[in-house]
Amino acid sequence: MSDSRTHIEGASGIDLAYDRVKVSALIDQILAKAERNAFGASSLFAVRLAIEEAITNAFEHGHQGLDPATTVHIEYAVTENEIQVAVQDQGPGFSPEALPDPTLSENLAKPSGRGVMLMRAYMTDVDFNDAGNRVKLRYIRPAQ
Amino acid sequence: MTDSRLRISDNDGVTLVEFVDRNILDEANIQAINEEITAEIDSADIPKILISFSNVDHLSSAALGALITINNKIREKKGQLHLANIDPQIYEVFVITRLNKLFNIHETTDEARAAFNG
Repeated sequence: MSDSRTHIEGASGIDLAYDRVKVSALIDQILAKAERNAFGASSLFAVRLAIEEAITNAFEHGHQGLDPATTVHIEYAVTENEIQVAVQDQGPGFSPEALPDPTLSENLAKPSGRGVMLMRAYMTDVDFNDAGNRVKLRYIRPAQ
Repeated sequence: MTDSRLRISDNDGVTLVEFVDRNILDEANIQAINEEITAEIDSADIPKILISFSNVDHLSSAALGALITINNKIREKKGQLHLANIDPQIYEVFVITRLNKLFNIHETTDEARAAFNG
């Protein structure tokens, strides 16, 4: 369920099963809207990376053990100064606070565990719902 | 069998790996790349691998994970891995994750080649 932290007002929404072509097409569609709103190359890079990480997390971790056809719900809204994307899976959720810091020396050689930190590094805000199965990415246009 | 997503060539004992795709994001694609490079590592006594990112615009944490796995396998065989031609935006991802401390990263493939020992 979305809550006040992860709700997006006036969002467009879609349910997607894991189909790489459809996932890429949706991300391209969101970024095309951002580009029409004159977001620059570094913004588009940041938003693409964060959406990729959120969607990968939903399918790879959120849906671990579920039917591979289980869909993820994605909502987005692009305005003049803000890009918001929410990704919600149908899994039991997780606790983002419990994730180890992947930048600690003892974790550097571990191959996984960087998705959430990259989202946080590139987005203005990253919020999870209480269940931990919905994340909202919010990117505000940087000051000129 | 799917088409290779890599261009692989050998020169003076160093295996140069280049990517066909501009985006290294797709899990299945990353898995295929991992397997192909692993086969190169397995076939060498002491692997010397140079990965060039000259065509790459985007990569995900899953791709970073594959690179780490590759690096770990090369270290197990006492080999060497060097990375080169990384776009500044992607290099920032390495800096944010501190993986610039784990990998040997060079501006050009020539600089990377010169850094191989032995």
